[in-house]
Amino acid sequence: MSLSKTTCAALMTRLGKVLSKHALLHDEEALRPYECDGLSAYRQLPAVVCLPETVEQVQAVLRICDELQVPVVPRGAGTGLSGGALPDHAGVLLVLTKLNRILEIDAPNFCARVEPGVRNLALSEATRPLGLYYAPDPSSQIACSIGGNVAENSGGVHCLKYGLTVHNVLGLKMLTIEGELLDIGGKTLDAPGYDVLALLCGSEGLLGVIVEITVRLLPCPECAQVMVAAFDDVAKAGAAVGNVIAAGIIPAGLEMMDKLAIRAAEDFVHVGYPKHAAAILLCEVDGARVEVPEELQRVRQIMLESGAFEVRIATDEAERALFWKSRKATFPAVGRLSPDYYCMDGTIPRHRLAEVLTRIEALSEQFGLPVANVFHAGDGNLHPLILYDANREGDLTKAEALGACILRLCVAVGGTITGEHGVGIEKLDGMCMQFKSSELSQFLRVKAAFDPQGLLNPGKAVPTLHRCAELGAMHVHRGQVPFPELERF
Amino acid sequence: MNHDLSLSLQDQVKEAIAKKHTLAIVGGGSKSFLQSAKADAELNLSGHRGVLNYEPGELFISARAGTPLAEIETLLADHRQMLASEPQHFSQGENLATLGGAVACGFSGSRRPFAGSLRDHVLGVNMLNGKGERLQFGGQVMKNVAGFDVSRLMVGARGTLGALLEISVKVMPKPELEQTLLFECPSVHAVKRMSGFVHRSLPLSALAWLEGYLLVRLEGTETAVSAASAQIGGDVAEQSANFWLSLREQTHPFFRRHQPLWRLSVPPAADLPIPENEVFIDWQGGLRWWQTDRSAEYIQTMASKAGGYAYLFRDAGPVIGDSPPTGLLTLHRSLKQSFDPDGLFNPGLMGGQF
Repeated sequence: MSLSKTTCAALMTRLGKVLSKHALLHDEEALRPYECDGLSAYRQLPAVVCLPETVEQVQAVLRICDELQVPVVPRGAGTGLSGGALPDHAGVLLVLTKLNRILEIDAPNFCARVEPGVRNLALSEATRPLGLYYAPDPSSQIACSIGGNVAENSGGVHCLKYGLTVHNVLGLKMLTIEGELLDIGGKTLDAPGYDVLALLCGSEGLLGVIVEITVRLLPCPECAQVMVAAFDDVAKAGAAVGNVIAAGIIPAGLEMMDKLAIRAAEDFVHVGYPKHAAAILLCEVDGARVEVPEELQRVRQIMLESGAFEVRIATDEAERALFWKSRKATFPAVGRLSPDYYCMDGTIPRHRLAEVLTRIEALSEQFGLPVANVFHAGDGNLHPLILYDANREGDLTKAEALGACILRLCVAVGGTITGEHGVGIEKLDGMCMQFKSSELSQFLRVKAAFDPQGLLNPGKAVPTLHRCAELGAMHVHRGQVPFPELERF
Repeated sequence: MNHDLSLSLQDQVKEAIAKKHTLAIVGGGSKSFLQSAKADAELNLSGHRGVLNYEPGELFISARAGTPLAEIETLLADHRQMLASEPQHFSQGENLATLGGAVACGFSGSRRPFAGSLRDHVLGVNMLNGKGERLQFGGQVMKNVAGFDVSRLMVGARGTLGALLEISVKVMPKPELEQTLLFECPSVHAVKRMSGFVHRSLPLSALAWLEGYLLVRLEGTETAVSAASAQIGGDVAEQSANFWLSLREQTHPFFRRHQPLWRLSVPPAADLPIPENEVFIDWQGGLRWWQTDRSAEYIQTMASKAGGYAYLFRDAGPVIGDSPPTGLLTLHRSLKQSFDPDGLFNPGLMGGQF
């Protein structure tokens, strides 16, 4: 359904009264940069883009949309990987990047108040002189905004020890679709009543528009060291992860890359990772200066006992940064191997790691598409990158079918279809695999408790029962799923 | 003891719906200082017990809601692991407290600022909603953003949104060594000194103040603890494990005065004019326990001016606990409605409202 001419005219007139000319985009050329987020396979022009600069303006925009019943899609920096900020063609794209002020750094209370458009890394850069930092560090931290992090409950390479966004946010100010400002939590470690804060973290813009965030700041660790352990077998690397955890060590980060990912990263960043390794583990330990070297030695020992053929410890801060740079650059590096890639985000129980990787490899061969694996091994969060060429006919469909098989596999071994990227538009079918209709209905009722008209980010994150029924019907009745000859997990 | 009563519990809920009865959810009955719900019938979960899945290497445990907390803690301790948030039992020495009750109340002990809250560690729940449907949210993995975070919404909801049947929580390795250091210090300087310790990259697991002493609990490897201890000085506390337990369970003599006990959750650096002999400061300053006959209005105004909130935690008779903030009351009602449309579960336990 597109906006009727009258609604569109009324919308533009009323928005024009609250937003300046440059903050209200309507021409196709101006809208074009906003047609997709980090998941570029899905593109859609919105009817209008709003770029408010104040909370009052956001409030006014929401009130107008609520009255005219126009859908609103909130958007941060647009780095999301599940199409959560894909515009609605009959709606307003509410871009929050201009609300980018750090409102307060409250060092005595170990917290900061920020507007949603503040970049993740910018906050830690601002607080570091005070010996404090904001722990969640998604790979996109240079660009991604904290508001977007809250919407997606973003993790990062250090969340094994420091948690996800939900563990590092203390308070939120949120606007309802009606434009009412709600104050949730604050600078305290808990809040009275229901844990609305937890519910909002990762709600993908379906419940409200976040206009201020109070985040927890942690003291910068005195010391951090990283090592790279190389294995000739993925299964050995997987076992090593379990052995480190079982030894009672919680590393600050524990990442794995497989052969293809190593090759890509190495060609791109030239760190000197052993290129012939079947898998490498990157393990960071942080804490007090006296403690770190000892713990690192223990990890090194475990890696060797688990079959690592080489363990390298970064000798200085520069080398540590380089090791991480290579890990964080894996996505763009893989992007150089192939015209397109499709990034998955399932989480599995750690002890099924080796088994799942083997099955992904088999699927990759069956579909004839290479898969590079980089993941947060410590918490079982996989990022298989399916390499394909969008210009080759059928490749995208094949990639999506392979992706669906991988997600089905994650659910089958007791995991989840998304660990940190969110459901967005991309994993709606995956939600049908993971949840029963009664559970999806409960999600929809929660959504309605906040947004009874369903105007906020419609069609994302929670599939309609109708969609799931159709998907089920597709499997059961027609039996004509793509690639029916393939085993599905 | 291992009993799966989920089918019978589900039937009881369906029967209550049919009869238009309300239900009071009962666990081990440990937290008797809290008001129980006045309802037509009881939904007793204490028999629904047993550990369902525990993989030490996976850092999580799943158990039925009626499983005694003590049973879980013993099992974890056997594998050198723990519930890092130190949830209170309030069982007066008997092992009545259940996992479900702990999650429904959502209390966390002194390790909260350093290791996270019980809510932080909840990974998934299996529950009955007010329509009698058995629902699964979250799971057993730490990173999971599929669907709204209903599992964590259940923590501290006092059973007003549904009956928890099974819960998965994250567990952590138990530290090699614990040592508590005491520093003589007036309460007015306590919070500032705590903040100084936090900046020094120490293996902290509690920062509290009681009866003229700043209490610094260090936990970690032997190397880390002894290095930190040498660095900061102070007197080493004897029998510190029992001491922390008495603070967690509020059996310490400080809590035995016959005065109302207030819980103030405030920004850690808040400067509150509370007389020294009436306060126990925990959570690095973020939590103040105040025994006083002052009026509710006085205490709540003080907490709210400092950017926090306060509620009566214990009194001569049972208390109601925390209430939703006024500004969020409508939203709370809508959420309650979305899970429990007929107001079946624990009427009145959400702040006396519903």
